[in-house]
Amino acid sequence: MTTNIKFESGSVGLVHTKTFTFANPPNELQLECGKKLGPITVAYETYGNLSQDKDNAILILHALSGDAHAAGYHSANDKKTGWWDNMIGPGKAFDTNKYFIICSNFLGGCKGTTGSISKDPKTGKHYALNFPMITISDMVKVQKKLMDYLEVKSLLSLAGGSMGGMQGLEWIIQYPDFVKSAMIIASTSRLSPQAIAFNEVGRNAIITDPNWQNGDYYGKNVPRHGLAIARMIGHITYLSDLSMHAKFGRRLQDKDTYGYDFSSEFEVESYLHYQGDKFVERFDANTYLYLTKAMDYFDLAAKFGSLNAAFENVSSKILVISFTSDWLFPPYQSKEIVKSLMNNDKDVSYIEINSSYGHDAFLLETEHLTKIVTNFLTNLKV
Amino acid sequence: MARKIESLVFHADYEKIISIIEPNSKVLDLGCGTGELLSRLIRIKNVKGRGVEIDENNIIQCIAKGLSVFQGNIDEGLKEYQDQSYDYVILNQTLQVTHKPQFVIKEMLRVGKKAIVSFPNFAYWEIRKQLFFHGTMPKTKTLPFEWYDTPNIKLLTIKDFRKFCKDNGITIMQEIYIGARENTIKLRFLANILSTEGLFVITKTA
Repeated sequence: MTTNIKFESGSVGLVHTKTFTFANPPNELQLECGKKLGPITVAYETYGNLSQDKDNAILILHALSGDAHAAGYHSANDKKTGWWDNMIGPGKAFDTNKYFIICSNFLGGCKGTTGSISKDPKTGKHYALNFPMITISDMVKVQKKLMDYLEVKSLLSLAGGSMGGMQGLEWIIQYPDFVKSAMIIASTSRLSPQAIAFNEVGRNAIITDPNWQNGDYYGKNVPRHGLAIARMIGHITYLSDLSMHAKFGRRLQDKDTYGYDFSSEFEVESYLHYQGDKFVERFDANTYLYLTKAMDYFDLAAKFGSLNAAFENVSSKILVISFTSDWLFPPYQSKEIVKSLMNNDKDVSYIEINSSYGHDAFLLETEHLTKIVTNFLTNLKV
Repeated sequence: MARKIESLVFHADYEKIISIIEPNSKVLDLGCGTGELLSRLIRIKNVKGRGVEIDENNIIQCIAKGLSVFQGNIDEGLKEYQDQSYDYVILNQTLQVTHKPQFVIKEMLRVGKKAIVSFPNFAYWEIRKQLFFHGTMPKTKTLPFEWYDTPNIKLLTIKDFRKFCKDNGITIMQEIYIGARENTIKLRFLANILSTEGLFVITKTA
């Protein structure tokens, strides 16, 4: 582990995903849906060191297809870094020289934390559709258990984009005294019907794939086709009209003239196919069903009676960030969150970043986000 | 777009505004810039303050100061804010850059119990002199821009604002005149000639 291999400056270098298990029977975790689940294993990574006073911890919350590997490399010849590597590391926005950064795969994920892909110890078989329906709120309860296990006494801050932002909102509601500040990026307090519609088309692609077999496909042919289509639809919603013009235009892939057939010809088509195929290699179809459903069910106004009521007991300092071209989680949804927090006299700021990248902007607008996050965090230390 | 260039604007009015505001009140500062006035109000008057600002770099500076600030265009109104939810809504040196000043002031008095409005006075003698004798668009400390790149689109005078209030059912609670000859302004009718800026505390006429 002492190997100091050539990683570029600003990188956290070589990291490992660790695990922690709790909720062993009979102490299973009570889920929002009424069922109980246990044992639960949580996959997580940490970067930097927890201070003596244990007051410098920041929790990073990943989105739909993310995982615990937020920064650094898993091996010396690893070509890919963690998913938010441009934001986390020594001297970066989430400066690991100052802060203790934690990221875990959320409950129901397929990247090491217990989910539908995991084996049920009672039967020795994959949970598949026997896995209980999990919610954003359940995910946050599990994350809190991890904080306790890591002896984190309070969170200096937390940050989450998209579905990660939903978890962030649950955090500031469920554990107001634990969270000093929160950054909610390109997120919403509930999905729009349009976003639910896209999720449903994705799910339908999976469950109508003949290989899906009611979710019982582990060890057999996986529903590659359905999952790839779901991902293709997803990718359309993550981009914007403008970014698609810039990225692909109407250019054809490796040719100049139409073939007058139904092969994939336009660059945008081959991009979507590539993204779909790549996703199948790293993601699980049942997990996609569970997670998109968890997003659809998330609705703070419905749960608490109103959004104002949801935020009544919030005491964290909050920063909400949206992106102008994001039509999946549009700025008006971020403004609703801010408005309700302001109605409750909470300490909240709002920034709407001018970007053409669509929903994906939260992973791409590094320069803007670095400036914003750095200034937000610096002030907290005073 | 209501953008003003902070560094070029002369702020004799900060002290005045700070002196007007009651301690511990709730304040909304529209076009708060880098949050200089708001920080001072919090420090000196212990107000519960919030800002609205359009420019991202200014917002980041506000956030670095620990302020609560909302990125928005005040020309679109204050729909994120409830009726009569603030003691004061401030519009400092920004009225003349808004597209819909009448709407903006109406919104201010919906959200705030009182509004504080300050603006460069276009009837100031130096301005009259430049226009009259030189025949050029006036440039002063409070109006430092060339005609072709000024953010100021709705210039007005102290007298204009008095009439505006009368016509729109607004009560003027206090008028403060700012300018080089501040101390000599004893007469209300001279204020329009001798002041570089007008500062008004207004409320909805009951």
